[in-house]
Amino acid sequence: MADLEQFRRETRAWLEANCPAEMRRPAVSDDDVFWGGRNARFSSEPQRVWFERMRDKGWTVPDWPREYGGGGLDAAETKVLREEMAAIGARLPLSSFGIWMLGPALLKYGTEEQKKEHLPKIAAGLIRWCQGYSEPNAGSDLASLQTRATSDGDHFIINGQKIWTSYANYADWIFCLVRTDPNVKKHDGISFILFDMASKGVSTKPILLISGYSPFCETFFDNVRVPKSHVVGQINRGWDVAKYLLQHERAMISGMGERGAGRPLGQIAADSVGSDGQGRLGDAILRSQIATFEVDEAALAAAAERTTDLAKAGQAHPAFSSAMKYYGTELNKRRHEILMSAGGIDALEWEGERSKDGARPRAWLRTKANSIEGGTSEVMLGIVAKRILDLPGA
Amino acid sequence: MALVLTEEQSMLRDSARGLISDKAPVSHLRHLRDSRDATGFSRDLWQAFAEMGFAGLLVPEEFGGSGLGCVEAGVVMEEIGRTLMPSPFLSTGVVAASALARAGNAAQKSEYLPKIASGALLASLAVDEGAKHRPLQTSLQASRSGNGFKLNGAKALVVDGHVADLLIVAARTAGSAGERDGLTLFLINPRAKGIAIERTVMVDAHNAARIEFNNVEVDVDGVLGEVDQGFAPLDVVLNIGSGAVASEMVGLSEEVFGRTVEYLKQRKQFGKPIGEFQALQHRAAQLYIDIEITRAAVLKALQTLDGDFANAAAAVAVAKARAGVTATRAVQEGVQMHGGMGMTDQFDIGFFMKRARVCEELFGDANFHAEQLARARGY
Repeated sequence: MADLEQFRRETRAWLEANCPAEMRRPAVSDDDVFWGGRNARFSSEPQRVWFERMRDKGWTVPDWPREYGGGGLDAAETKVLREEMAAIGARLPLSSFGIWMLGPALLKYGTEEQKKEHLPKIAAGLIRWCQGYSEPNAGSDLASLQTRATSDGDHFIINGQKIWTSYANYADWIFCLVRTDPNVKKHDGISFILFDMASKGVSTKPILLISGYSPFCETFFDNVRVPKSHVVGQINRGWDVAKYLLQHERAMISGMGERGAGRPLGQIAADSVGSDGQGRLGDAILRSQIATFEVDEAALAAAAERTTDLAKAGQAHPAFSSAMKYYGTELNKRRHEILMSAGGIDALEWEGERSKDGARPRAWLRTKANSIEGGTSEVMLGIVAKRILDLPGA
Repeated sequence: MALVLTEEQSMLRDSARGLISDKAPVSHLRHLRDSRDATGFSRDLWQAFAEMGFAGLLVPEEFGGSGLGCVEAGVVMEEIGRTLMPSPFLSTGVVAASALARAGNAAQKSEYLPKIASGALLASLAVDEGAKHRPLQTSLQASRSGNGFKLNGAKALVVDGHVADLLIVAARTAGSAGERDGLTLFLINPRAKGIAIERTVMVDAHNAARIEFNNVEVDVDGVLGEVDQGFAPLDVVLNIGSGAVASEMVGLSEEVFGRTVEYLKQRKQFGKPIGEFQALQHRAAQLYIDIEITRAAVLKALQTLDGDFANAAAAVAVAKARAGVTATRAVQEGVQMHGGMGMTDQFDIGFFMKRARVCEELFGDANFHAEQLARARGY
């Protein structure tokens, strides 16, 4: 315990000395988020400095082993680092599907060679990954996916189409689910494979969403040759890897419902709605909606903390990430409904300087995907009913 | 600190659960209710609680207690919530013990705390006056009189007030209703002249009283803490009480939920268990998620009460508000999913619904606590 307090003091001092002031403000636009990758560009000097300092400490992935580019921190130290970063509102130095999704799966299922090849590049932000899961006819029923990988000596030849591939047009590599055996039960013929998006035969096409943005793509594979050594886990056992990775994806998405430091929602609302003589928000019903929301938001933050701690203590239910995913995404949608209501007429503008090109309504529309991507709310409730509550025939 | 129970806390939970589920299942409450028991709880069981160190759980060791914290008190409250055991643990072991340990002078502590720990003394906090919990609105008057004060007014929902050996009364010595300054806490002998105690038979078959004070005299030795500065310690005690009741509601919610899920698996209609119907599955899953998230919020509040007391108010407000909404939902779904059986007195589910309603009003309902949070956050 004394060591941990020592670590806290040192971490606080280090962050104080090394986190630029600009990196202690909430990220508001896409430019404020650094994703890494071959074509990465820093949007500002402080963003570069902050990323490089954290990378050099191994703190882009503080709890990964040092040999793979991580910080080698234990669970308690990682928590201290997170708390100290949150206390000063420090931004993530690096956002990455490699960190949040692929990394944990590689640590569990990857060969030593695969770990040594990929993890350090993820930690250092050198390679940006995307996720090839959903297909036009495989959404909630993901295991019915049809992208084919046919054997050709020590290679697979991949043909098919993925959809909703986040940032595929910016990604360097893809972790992808492919059908390696079409003649068995659908869950038993899937493999989890990694390949370079620069490979011959890979193409992407962004999809315009209701927000006016295109964070997702259609991704096409036309006779893409991939070495069999790029399969993670066993051939035809990819569903195990896929499910494990989904737990991490769901934890990541549920985290979208949490806010770090930053102004309370009620104060943001007061900017546009005004306050009464006693400092209370001018719209009593909106005020009560916000207060109720903030109760739930604080409770979710406690639950996220507890989920991590239970996992470290070996007491977590593996399907609990579905519970958190459901709650976190529904909560985030509520938050943005409140923001739109609070913004009123001002939140309706879609273009122009005044509205920062409609930042608020676009963000509101973006959140509608939260309860669809990574497994719909309905699928999450089904998983909880079946795997946690053990209800029949779910 | 990790947001999970430590090994010692888990052991405490197991021993509390062992005793309570063995000696005081829901049938215990039913029997007390049906026999119109004059005490409303089992004094033998309270003695057993004392012997196991629960009565003095929050009493410092130098006064014969265990010197444990709010997390441990919450662990016991949660087990009480599972079987709805009526017990002076909340009134005496949690609320009164905290008030005395935190605000009492040396003489008051030595006089009362050892007796609380040994199970020999029952004590009740008298704070509520109107229909809703509004501690700042306290208007029971304590006017200066000779070497002390004279109290006039009335209190409601005094938990275990019908059997208390000691009352802790919030009264106004200055200022007017709504003001923070001018509140004072008094230690009063319930047998003092001018006190009229009416036991109120409650919807949940638990124990409470309305108490009238008619020129009740108390000398300065009876002041707990500082004159006119009673709100600060009262607020502390109310936060601890809120955290404890929130724990009870988590235990209650989880028990109702567990019974309901079992019923969904057993009850057959249309030739299959009703738990196969997606309409019920999704509602059950939502309720499960609500309970788990509330559990985390409550544990967070209890840990904050123990470790970072000055900043605990917001965490407690979140916990009590969440616990209220969750428990209300849990008991409603519990009755609904049990169908007609849920409406019968013979079935236990109704007891949980009734207790949840009382817990909701104790120390402020979900609206009250959401309001506290909004004010704390400056809107």
